[in-house]
Amino acid sequence: MNSTEKHKREPLLHIVKRDSIVWWKSWLIRILAVAVALIVCAFITVLLTGENPISVYATMIDGAFGTKRRIWSLFQNLAMLLCISLAVTPAFKMKFWNIGAEGQVLIGGLATASCMILFGELLPSVVLMPLIIVASIVAGAIWAVIPAFFRARWNTNETLFTLMMNYIAIQLVSFFSYIWSVPKGSGQIGVINSATEMGWLPSIGGHDYLLNILIVGALTIFMYVYLRYSKQGYEISVVGESENTARYIGIDVKKVIIRTMLISGAICGVAGLLLVSGTDHTITRDTAAGRGFTAIMVSWLAKFDPIYMVLTSFLIVFLQKGATEITTIFGFNSSFSDIITGIIIFFIIGSEFFINYTIKIHIPEKGGRA
Amino acid sequence: MDAKTPAIELKNITKTFGKVVANKDICLTVHRGEILSVLGENGSGKTTLMNMISGIYFPDHGQIFINGKEAVISSPKDAFDYKIGMIHQHFKLVDIFTATENIVLGFKEKDGFNIKKSAQRIKEISEQYGFDLDPMKKIYEMSVSEKQMVEIIKVLYRGADILILDEPTAVLTPQETKKLFAILRRMRDDGKAIIIITHKLHEVLELSDRVAVLRKGEYVGSVETAKTSEAELTEMMVGKKISLNIERSEPKNPEDRLVVKHVNCMSIEGIKILDDVSFTARSGEILGIAGIAGSGQRELLEAIAGLQHIETGEILYNDPKTGAVEDLRDKNPLQIRELGVRLSFVPEDRLGMGLVGNMDIVDNMMLRSYRSGKTAFLERKEPKSLADRIIEQLDVTTPNANTPVRRLSGGNVQKVLVGREIAAAPTVLMAAYPVRGLDINSSYLIYNLLNLQKENGVAVIFVGEDLDVLIELCDRIMVIGSGRVTGIVDGRKTTKEEIGLLMTSRTDGGESNEQH
Repeated sequence: MNSTEKHKREPLLHIVKRDSIVWWKSWLIRILAVAVALIVCAFITVLLTGENPISVYATMIDGAFGTKRRIWSLFQNLAMLLCISLAVTPAFKMKFWNIGAEGQVLIGGLATASCMILFGELLPSVVLMPLIIVASIVAGAIWAVIPAFFRARWNTNETLFTLMMNYIAIQLVSFFSYIWSVPKGSGQIGVINSATEMGWLPSIGGHDYLLNILIVGALTIFMYVYLRYSKQGYEISVVGESENTARYIGIDVKKVIIRTMLISGAICGVAGLLLVSGTDHTITRDTAAGRGFTAIMVSWLAKFDPIYMVLTSFLIVFLQKGATEITTIFGFNSSFSDIITGIIIFFIIGSEFFINYTIKIHIPEKGGRA
Repeated sequence: MDAKTPAIELKNITKTFGKVVANKDICLTVHRGEILSVLGENGSGKTTLMNMISGIYFPDHGQIFINGKEAVISSPKDAFDYKIGMIHQHFKLVDIFTATENIVLGFKEKDGFNIKKSAQRIKEISEQYGFDLDPMKKIYEMSVSEKQMVEIIKVLYRGADILILDEPTAVLTPQETKKLFAILRRMRDDGKAIIIITHKLHEVLELSDRVAVLRKGEYVGSVETAKTSEAELTEMMVGKKISLNIERSEPKNPEDRLVVKHVNCMSIEGIKILDDVSFTARSGEILGIAGIAGSGQRELLEAIAGLQHIETGEILYNDPKTGAVEDLRDKNPLQIRELGVRLSFVPEDRLGMGLVGNMDIVDNMMLRSYRSGKTAFLERKEPKSLADRIIEQLDVTTPNANTPVRRLSGGNVQKVLVGREIAAAPTVLMAAYPVRGLDINSSYLIYNLLNLQKENGVAVIFVGEDLDVLIELCDRIMVIGSGRVTGIVDGRKTTKEEIGLLMTSRTDGGESNEQH
């Protein structure tokens, strides 16, 4: 018998798909993944910088939670990222590859800024605020519906279409930044209505960002209920899983695509509103700050569940905040913080493999068999 | 090599997926110059077993001997090194390549790559075994049977002398099946060991030398084909004797329920797929539709269901309650339902059209009914109790109603789908190949369900492929060939030969150039 050959060639490990997994086990795997990621990062930190990894991590935590102002800023950033993630979720659940959230947010923000600039001195606040809200929502929705309409009507590729819509939005913002720049010709709008604060979202109890956070909180609950318990949410799932099945039961697929993108774009418009009217009080090309793309990752990581999205967007924002802090405190090259963030996200995404699959170790059997 | 040494011997092969035991202690031998049929109901573990021989899965326990030596097959490449070739049910070919290009793809020739030489060798192989194939033809121009030939030649070209074919006849017409069998016999006579997986009993009896039967993942036994009978094999397969008779009651006061008049349909490419189709489906009656796969059966049912655009013609529905006549033409499925037409449809593509694989049974029940209720929110109580009822009444094997349907086996998926469609209390029930891929027990369950619907006065339209079943089950049988109705016959009086003749009567000038 060639049993020696057998043991050499028999695979030691094999990958078996799990039937199902208890919830605590899957969380244990995720926590372990983060722990392993931190250990790997520690080694890399020592290798590349010679700094004590513990103090680097401490600085990261300090960067995120160190002061009251930092905590508020963390939650504000979390709310913004979460808001845009909520916006892209119904589209991705429908398998509509909307990578145009960045542009939809910007155009919503631009609509807000326009209203603030043009009507800030003409209209009373009770009229101006509703106008701003409607304008930003409508602008975001239009930006999203254009590619949706073309996809529904002529089956165009929504990925390219939404991507290109981003560039149009960015250029529009550049254009109006020039037109409305203060001082003229600087290309910067600067803080709008800084004296009158017209069109600014009010602060609650002295907290500037509290209203933003509350609005996003409400949106989170709305999206959770919408996707899970509403008929429209159900239609989104069916269209996303199988357009044929949707047709078979008489769902108007075109209508669902357009309606869903309308909602997606409208929420992006809200995000633009919150960023311009509720946070920055100005608009630049970087107002969305790449969140339109990061949001896609947040949404997928959370498997389109709005409640999990709170956790995933927290994770991303925390890493960003912490990474910025260590680059300034330790004087690292900014790529270093990207490396740390990258490793941690890699391990977290990688852990999903171990949640879906299990690895069996084959122990070679000694001796023959009857 | 000793002729008595088996080409393949399996000893105590066990494979589990999670908690499911797919194969348990399977022992099997195949000799050279022998055709072995592996017979078993759906979910009996045939394909899993073959996948272990061809290196796709690795067994948990047990040994595989090839030519008397223990072999470790941990990848398809290993299988190929042992000269094992598997022809899968779904072809893996590049459409825009020629047969030759597909055959040599990924194969390292000893003396360099030369497409002309390869084509020559393919010709030689074709002549040796009787394949009728142009090596320079592109895959997208080929019929299903030609594609299958390419797959078979592909493994022969690589020197395989143990061939495994997974349900090779499922996609073939009777003539093509005959040709395939002739080729397989020639390969057997050439000393190759051949394993075919099937659940068609008459093919087993016609083709193979020996039959190995699996039941629920366990090996029941092997018998010589010459010494067995259909009844004995059925008994081995299902474990108990099953009456092959399908009950058929006389139709009670049949009324014209659905009248289809001169319907014409075009495919996207502008080819006529339904050509002046007219027929009537009556209440309390099962109308069978027979025909070679792809003759327009699917399009016909989809046209009635509002999923296929009709060029000309009418589809009239007589409402049994109001007596009104509705034209269903140019209406989508929702509009048809809003007219009060209770049309249920079990499509051919169960997980791709009838159900959503990633959703659980409850949510799949909701597909038909989710719109009910005045609020914008879903009502899951009704669907949940419907799901539980179907699981209990139709004996669906599932952990619970919250299991995604893609985790269920083929038969259970179909039970869920048929159960839902019947629960809608239809007046017309259309079922396309409802027993395809189902084991005997599940098939009979479906036949009984259809019969029950018929007795309740439903107009049942049944598209089937097994002529014996059509003849035993249906009151009338409509035969279509190349999109045309070639005849409507009485199910009680007709014969297989008559239907077979009608099936092929329109195809002679068309795609089938294999008739002599």
